[in-house]
Order: sequence, then C-alpha cells, then structure tokens
Amino acid sequence: MNPQSSFMVLAPIIPERESALRDLLATMNVAPGRVNADNTLIPFSRCETLHFARFVILDDNTLEDVAAYGLAKQTYPLYLAFLGDVDGEGDHFLEEIGRLAENGLREIFSCCEGVSPDTDLIQWMKSYRAPAVASYVNWQGRTVGRVREEAALRNLLGDYLQDHATELTGRTPREIQATLKRFVNNETASGRIRLTAEDSTPLDWRLRDLLHLVGVPLLFILASPLIIVAAPLFVTRLRNQERTDPELCERVDDQWSDQLASLEDHDVTNQFTAMGSLKPGFVRLCTTILVLSLVDYAARHVFTRGRLARIRTIHFARWVFLDGRRRMVFFSNYDGTVESYMDDFINKTGFGLNAVFTNGIGYPRTSWLVLGGCEDERKYKDFLRRHTLPTQVWYKAYPGLTAIDLERNGRIRKGLESSSMSDKDLREWAALL
Amino acid sequence: MGSSAVSSAVDYNDLQGLVRFGYKSMKEASYVLIRIRDAEKARAWLGSAPVTTAVEMNPPPSTALQVAFTAAGLEALGIPRSVIAGFSAEFVGGMTEDSRTRRLGDVNSNSPSEWAWGTGNRLPHLVAMFFAEPGLLHGFIQSTKGASWDQAFEELRTLTTENLDGVEPFGFADGISQPGIDWNEQRDHKAAQVTYTNVAALGEFLLGYRNEYNKYTDRPLLDADADSAGLLPAQDAPEKKDLGRNGTYMVMRDLRQDVRAFWQFIDRQSGGNVEEREKLGAALVGRTRAGDPLVPVLGPKNEFTFERDQGGARCPFGAHVHRANPRNADYPLHPTGLARLLTIIGFGPREFRDDLMSPVRFHRVLRRGREYGPELLPTDALEPGPDDEPSRGLHFICLNANISRQFEFLQNAWMMNTKFSGLSGESDPLLGDRESVPGCPATDGFTIPVDGGLPRRLSGVPQFVTVRGGAYFFLPSIRALHYFVKAGSSGPQ
Repeated sequence: MNPQSSFMVLAPIIPERESALRDLLATMNVAPGRVNADNTLIPFSRCETLHFARFVILDDNTLEDVAAYGLAKQTYPLYLAFLGDVDGEGDHFLEEIGRLAENGLREIFSCCEGVSPDTDLIQWMKSYRAPAVASYVNWQGRTVGRVREEAALRNLLGDYLQDHATELTGRTPREIQATLKRFVNNETASGRIRLTAEDSTPLDWRLRDLLHLVGVPLLFILASPLIIVAAPLFVTRLRNQERTDPELCERVDDQWSDQLASLEDHDVTNQFTAMGSLKPGFVRLCTTILVLSLVDYAARHVFTRGRLARIRTIHFARWVFLDGRRRMVFFSNYDGTVESYMDDFINKTGFGLNAVFTNGIGYPRTSWLVLGGCEDERKYKDFLRRHTLPTQVWYKAYPGLTAIDLERNGRIRKGLESSSMSDKDLREWAALL
Repeated sequence: MGSSAVSSAVDYNDLQGLVRFGYKSMKEASYVLIRIRDAEKARAWLGSAPVTTAVEMNPPPSTALQVAFTAAGLEALGIPRSVIAGFSAEFVGGMTEDSRTRRLGDVNSNSPSEWAWGTGNRLPHLVAMFFAEPGLLHGFIQSTKGASWDQAFEELRTLTTENLDGVEPFGFADGISQPGIDWNEQRDHKAAQVTYTNVAALGEFLLGYRNEYNKYTDRPLLDADADSAGLLPAQDAPEKKDLGRNGTYMVMRDLRQDVRAFWQFIDRQSGGNVEEREKLGAALVGRTRAGDPLVPVLGPKNEFTFERDQGGARCPFGAHVHRANPRNADYPLHPTGLARLLTIIGFGPREFRDDLMSPVRFHRVLRRGREYGPELLPTDALEPGPDDEPSRGLHFICLNANISRQFEFLQNAWMMNTKFSGLSGESDPLLGDRESVPGCPATDGFTIPVDGGLPRRLSGVPQFVTVRGGAYFFLPSIRALHYFVKAGSSGPQ
C-alpha cells in the first residue's frame, strides 16, 4: 500500500503584493472556480501523485468575533496557503513540484515574506509547512494511478458490455466474470490497459502507524489518573461555558454568498475552506485538541475505507491550527453541493461536527459537546457560510468522479481479480457493472 | 392534545387554500402572470381580491383565487427592502441567479435565456391563479379582474391548463405521492425517524411553524408597528410579528414535455413490442401508467418503500419516482438501541449502496402543478407530429418552507444528479438534460438492474423535458396579504 499524506505551505503575504498575488492566481483558472490543469505557472496535470491541490488566501472575515468575549481584535498576517493531498510523503512531493514548476512557484511565493531570488525554494517551502492537527483520507492506499487505472477499466468494461449485451444476457455472474477476465487479460497483454499491482507499504510508514495505533491510547492510559482528577472541574467549566457562549450566526450578505457560489458546482466535487477563531481559554483549547486527536486517530485507524463515520462523500479533509492555536482552518473536498454537504453533516454525523466546531467562536449552542449545535439548521448553515472562504485555485486530478465512483470502480476491479467469490458476492459484483 | 398543540393550531381562515387543497373538483385553471403597472391600483385590487382560504366549506366553493409574489413583485408593490431581505436568500435572489441555474440544471437548452417567461422584464411580479368548476373559469376571471385590472397590471402571459383526469402528458397517473402534513403538530420531531413515514412536519410546508429539525425557517420577523399590527406574533420570538406565518414559498416551473420523443424512444428500445413498451415506460417512471408502484405495496398505491428491492430489480434506482422520493428513514435497516448507536458512529451496514442518501423527510415538497396541452395517447405519440404541434407539459408548482433544502435539493441532488444512488452517467429519465459534465461525457444512460445478472443499460436517452419558464414566489397568508396592501402604501414611493 502506498499511503496518502498531505502538505501545506503557509506563508505571510507581503501586504503590498496582495493584489498582484490575486491577479497571478487568477491566471491559473480558465474561469472563477475552474482551474486550467495545464496552466503555465503550475501544471498540476503533470503531477502524477497529486489528488487535490489548492491555493487559498486565508482572509478571515470574522476577526471581530472575539469581541463577544471582551477581547480586542487581533492583527494577524494575511497568509497564502498552498496545500494538497498526495501519494507518498509530503516532502517528496514538494521536492518534485519544486523541480517541475520552480519558476511558477517562485513567482507566486515572491509575493510572500522570506523569498528572494536566491532562496532555495524547496527548502523554503519545507520550512513553511503547517501540519494538520487531524486529517482524513477517504481510502488509504488508493493512489492517483490506481484511481485512473480503475476508471479506465470501468470505461473499457462498459464499452465491452454495451457491444456484447445480447450474448451476455442470461449468463450467470460467474460466467460473466470468466468472460470479462479473459477480455481484460487480453487487453492487459496487448497494453491497451494497465492494472498495476499494489505497492508494498513502506516500512517506516508501517512502524509510525503502529506506534501511533498503540502510542496514543497508551498516552491516554498513562494520563488517565490526571484526567480522572481534573475531569469533574473540567466538565463543570465546559458545561457552564456551553450555556453562556454567544452565538454568532447572522445571515451572510447575498453578495458574499453569491461570490462563494460562483466558485462552486463546476465539477461533481467541490472544495471547502472555512476558518475562524477558537473560543478563548484553556478548557476550550484542551477540548479542541482532545476531540481532534480522537478524530485523527479514528480517521487513521478506523475510518480508512470510504466512510468517515456515516459520511461517504469526503475525499480528503483536514484541520490546521494557526497563530499559536488561536485560530483554526478546515479544508475539505466533498461530492455534491455545499447544501447537501451541510445536510449530510447535520443528518449523519451531527455529533462529531458539534464536538469539533463548537470550540469555534459563535457556533450554535451545544450541550455535552455533541448534542444541539448543528441541529439548529438555519443557524448552523449561516455560521458555516460566514466562515467560508473563497478558494482562489482548486485542482482535482479526476474530474467527474465521486468518492462513490472510486469505490465502485475499486469493487469492480477487485471482483474481476478475485478467484474465490461466493455466488452472492458475484451477484452483487455483476450488479455494479 | 397538549397545550402546545392547541397554541399552534392553524387558523385555516388565514391560509390560502392551495396549501391544503389541490382544488381537484375545479377542473379548469389559469395562472395569470402579471407585472405591476400602478402600485396604488394594484394594492387596491389586492386589498379587495376574493382570495380563497383553506377553510373547509360545505358545499365546497366552485371557484378559487390564489395570489403569490416574487421578490421583485413585493418591491414593485412598495414593500421596504429591509422587509424583503428577511425572506430566504433563494427567494430574494430568484430562480435565475447565475450559480443557481447551474445547480438546478437550467443551462444550455434549459437556460433562462431560452425561457418564455421568468427572467429580465419577463419576470412576473405576481401570479394570480384562477380555479373553477367546468364552464365557470372565463366568467370568474372576468368578474374577479374587475374594472381597475388593466390600469393596475400588465399581463405578461396567461398559463392555461388542461384537465387530463389525473394523468400527466406522458400518460402516467400523476399526483399520487404527496406528503401528509402534521397539521396539529402531534409528531415528535425531536425523535429520530427509524422507519419511513409519509407525514412531515407542518413547518416543512408552512412558515412560522416547527420543521423537521424542530426549528423555524427563514422569513421576515417585523417590529410591531401600525402596518404590522394585523400580523400574528412569531412563535419563536413573541415580541416580533411574523410576516411568513401561514404563508409559504411557491416554486413554479414551466416544463415542456416532448410526448412523441418519449414514446418513440421507448418504442424503438422495445422493438415495437407493446407489452415491452409498457414495461420499459414503467421502468423509467417507476410506476405503471395506471400508477401502480413496481414494488409490492402495503396498502394503497402510495404505501411502499424500496427496502425489499435492495438490488433495484423491480424498480430501477434511477426511476423517476425513486429519485423524487427514495422513501428512506434516518438510518438504514431500522436500527434500535445499541445497533443504532453503532450505526451513528459509523459501524452500520457497509454494502455499496447502504446509507447513500440523505433522509427524505428533510426534502419533501407539496406538489400542486397542472398539465397543459391536448392529450396525446402513447399509441398516437408514435406517429410523427404535425407541423403545428401544440406544446404539452406541466406547470409544475410546489410548496415548501425552505427552497434550498427542499425543492433545490430534490432538483439538484436527486433529479439532475448524474451520480444519484451510486449510479453514473445518467440523470432523471424524464427531467434530465443529458448534458455532459466535466469528466463524464455521457449522461444519457439509464440502468435497469436485473436480478442475478448484468444490468440492462440504455444509452442515448433523448431529452424529453425542457424548462420554458419559472420563478420563486411567496404565497402569503391572508394577514400578510393585508400587510402588503398597507405597508406598500406607507413605504417610500
């Protein structure tokens, strides 16, 4: 298995270069919300290990929300974030793209602090990486190459089935499997299609994964005496805050939501970027870290096969702290419209959504972290829209394919390569064709 | 009935009747799309218009009038912008806003630039809907319009309707599936729905009441003043006046149906075999022409779910009625107790099609549309049409409290979606526009699962339905209508 990872370069923009940067980023699109994958600055289409990428200017409109806690508005740098999801290590990808698109990256990042003509760009990008507190991968080990091969396989089978519909009608799934196996073997032999075998999992990744699998619960157990002692006070404080925390959920103005909407629904998948300030205080910070650690742990070891709890439409997602953990950004790539995305969250994993986002200033009130909150649909949707940022450039390596498509294509291939399926499994497999 | 149920009982006197009734016995109807010429005269006409309420009458009335406004219409009437801004963003922005047309599939041949009405100076300010028993419509319209009508309004278009006796133009029985409304708010909205129910919260169809989330939907809440004195207070903010209460949003779309293309395509696919033709037509729609569902029913024609048809071999996943109402509940497989907890945290059933869809109770609409154009029987539809072929179709009308979560979700995520229910390369067999999407060149397929075999896949399904017009309206309560008449005249002119 070749595991996926993410990278994010986060750098402050030189204020007087901001508008030049915006213009430059716009040249990477054919139209707002629609990237030119072969653009001259960063030809994404030539990156064979890149699933998703985006450039986004983290321009937070909600900095004044801290006033609800009697705090003065902070001045933070305006950041440019360049992030993506890749096969293999993030650092390797930065080296690769640093060579592939050095001029383009240099032009873009020259609008940021710390880049001069003689800067070693790859080193600079590595040193400006911002780690995720929690991240989610829809299907661990599914590489870009595999996605494309399996999509090509499905198209090929689709054409074959169309051409041979009459002779295959009435045949049993086992006969169909045998016929298709022969056909695909021929096609592979003649080089018309390629189905690469899965890579072996890198040893160091396996070790780190194992260490994480055991280490995190172990740490928790070690800390448990402390947790038990602190819990009553902690919970009391938290419950108290939950009852009094202000809600900031006013409707966004139509121009803002129109601008966001203009960037959406150009593909079956959409990008989502949202940021805001965390509620002040130690209790909230601890809660955020605890909950996100749990999310990260579950995403890494439990929800590795197409489902984040009940949600099946997210390709990649991550949470990143900014500015000494005072602010947080959430990034995701999901299928469908933002409306159905928000409905999915409310209806299917409201509890998880609440536990994470209730630590952001202004979130609709929760109780016991997981109840309430997003159940107030109107407030929740307005809250989220208020915090959503326009994403300047967004790339997806496989337009037109949803996470469900990828799962189906994977199931088709698996069934084709299997020699030990029960009749029931074969029937279900044939139904996917 | 608890005290809360009593306090929220609906005053049918305050509702326009369309929310409660389809006016089936009034077989004639015309929808007059109008723009306001003179705001003062328009308000005067509206102030005395005999708008029919939802009170049940015995004998039932033989005529009915309903009125609904677009956001532009409210502005033309003189309603302050600050008041209009309190309505939902979809209503204020309108059906033809750029990004919205992309979501609704109103692009290319369905694009508003091709519409007969609904955009630019052909966007109606209001629609006056006239219903009457046979023979009475013309007289009713004339007498209702009265002397000042032509000074008050400019008629944009009159949408006529045809009574096809419960059958839509393609020849299928229509209007069978309608949600039941929990008028007395007796259902516990807080409880999860483990089994599919056809009854939905009052607040899904009427503003000012609790919806399926046990919350309220966007509508203007006004400060108490002379103009708003006649309005009811908001249930969730008693110090405010609720302009939306007992009103709702009305979506109207003019859908032209190519009946000949539909039956001729099906006939070709069936090799001219009459029985096959009926079967294939039923597979696309998800019901027989008589309206019988393709899966076993538990009682009347509308009491069924698709649960016993996991593979879709009886009713294809992509069939029109399956897309329009997947009849699912909050979780797959009715889990209770521990099983439900496990499902919630992500350890529920894991088959390919399990748990793909949002629970339908958040996406129901009340359909109130009517057909237009002369009847064309399937057998006649196989013949080539005359040069002066009359247009046929549906004046689609639906009522819902949250346009984006109800109508728009249905249209986008279920009807036009080429990825609905794990499918790929096909949209609704009736409504789909067959336009390619990035990465998916072909969306003109249709998949018919076959038990224990390869699914049958149709390709080259033509576009049968073209959007010819549409707009988002607000169907006000009687009190809100009186407020409009009053506030319009006191607002800035």
